[in-house]
Amino acid sequence: MEPILELCGLTKVYPGGLKALDDVDLTIRKGEIFALLGPNGAGKTTLIGAVCGLVRPSGGTICAFGLDMAQDWRKARARIGLVPQELSTDMFEPVIRAVSYSRGLFGLAPDPARIEEILRSLSLWEKRDERIMALSGGMKRRVLIAKALAHEPDLLFLDEPTAGVDVELRKGMWAIIDEMRARGVTIILTTHYIEEAEEMADRVGIIRNGKIIAVDEKDALMAKLGRTEAHITLAEPLAALPEAIATYPVELEQGGTSLRYRGGDGTGKGKAEVAELTKALTRAGIDYTGIETRESSLEDIFVSLLGEDA
Amino acid sequence: MLGWRSTWSIYKRELMRFMRTAFQSVLAPVLTTSLYFIVFGAAIGGRMPDLGGVNYGAFIIPGLLMLTLLGETTSNSSFGIYMPRFTGTIYELLSAPVGVGETLIGFVGAAMTKSLILAAIILVTARLFVDYSIAHPLLAVIYIMLVAAAFSLFGFILGIWADNFEKLGIIPMLFLTPLTFLGGTFYSIDMLPKPWDTIALANPIVYLVSGLRWTFYGTADVDIRVSFAITLTFLAACVAVIAYIFKTGWRLRA
Repeated sequence: MEPILELCGLTKVYPGGLKALDDVDLTIRKGEIFALLGPNGAGKTTLIGAVCGLVRPSGGTICAFGLDMAQDWRKARARIGLVPQELSTDMFEPVIRAVSYSRGLFGLAPDPARIEEILRSLSLWEKRDERIMALSGGMKRRVLIAKALAHEPDLLFLDEPTAGVDVELRKGMWAIIDEMRARGVTIILTTHYIEEAEEMADRVGIIRNGKIIAVDEKDALMAKLGRTEAHITLAEPLAALPEAIATYPVELEQGGTSLRYRGGDGTGKGKAEVAELTKALTRAGIDYTGIETRESSLEDIFVSLLGEDA
Repeated sequence: MLGWRSTWSIYKRELMRFMRTAFQSVLAPVLTTSLYFIVFGAAIGGRMPDLGGVNYGAFIIPGLLMLTLLGETTSNSSFGIYMPRFTGTIYELLSAPVGVGETLIGFVGAAMTKSLILAAIILVTARLFVDYSIAHPLLAVIYIMLVAAAFSLFGFILGIWADNFEKLGIIPMLFLTPLTFLGGTFYSIDMLPKPWDTIALANPIVYLVSGLRWTFYGTADVDIRVSFAITLTFLAACVAVIAYIFKTGWRLRA
């Protein structure tokens, strides 16, 4: 597929020596949703900032739409939208004026019909005359999306679009992102939520310490990196792992009063294996009083795999 | 190539910000200027002799105008760029296809416009207290615009330099206002005893007040050409500093 963004050897060293991006090579294909995942401080926001003009790269090149952004930054930036992680907008402005401003700032002629369409698609039309400060957190985030869409970008960066929003709203955001993809917008999103990447992304990239350590199709990566963690509270403490469950990826914890399962992959194998494990415990006459399962996030997985603290 | 739509958007938005606080933005300078006229123009000025053939009440008009102009222009412009930095909304400006030209014309043009509106209001207010006429109205307008442009640029630099509200206020409060008071707003430099009349010439505001006073009454402490030259030099220096800021991304881009 045709590349829409190409990063070659992109490096950013902040004053003080912190290397936030370390020789990053990455190609984004036109029309895809690309999820960039990684722990806090991995370099996700710096990478977005470097492409969008918020961060000055220390080295490397950025080509968007076949244009070198060091030379043709005006043309390239006119086609890129950014939804920042923070709810940064002029809180005193009415919604419609803030969105119209964004369109003008990017050099486009006023188009009330287009602004109305964007606001309606984000369920903001009824709130168009309200000051942004009067809106809920979720609506403020949608205003930021509306502002980013006002100039009809071909490439859109969403930096943690669902951070701090409730489940219902998160699903609403996913639907919005799906609509944008349907309109042909290429989307790069950063997220901490594995289900978000699972739900939406075509491809996933993993960044850690400023380096891209994995880029793959979502399904391949999920199968490789997904994990299930289960804690089974035992009715009686065990001194050692019984033979009957020794083949499972389990460990005793909390003085033998609990079993910890950590295994599976991103295809649901983990959950099935936990179900088998509980049957094996029953067959072996080991009683338990509770089960707690959790699908680990990619960040958990990386922290665990790399033996780092969160 | 300059993006005029982007420029217009920034300009319009900044003016809208001004309109949101129009009551305070207009009323405060009008009230302050009126008080100056009451205290210095009527109460004290009535006992003062004419200065350079100009009634004392009329004599202080250019100085008072400059006092408001410098303060308001600097603060309007500095707040204009500082607030987006403070609130994080500057991301939008930095990620847009706009360069130093659009940004400056937008922000500085809006700050200038606000200042010119204020200048007009102050002149109308002054008319309520003192009878005066302007000897060189066209030059006066040009000079006011030049000073407004220079100090809008200065305020813009201040707004980028400041990393807290204290720093934002410290230059206007601790430097600009005292220098304006000492810059011949209420007196002629000739009235100072030696060596203070010479020392006073080290104060750059003297040249600004004097320049504006010349456009009003045709006489001033300093040659009008010197005043114009100093104003233009200051303006050029501010443009150079801002060009450097945008080139290096200092305090704007990480």
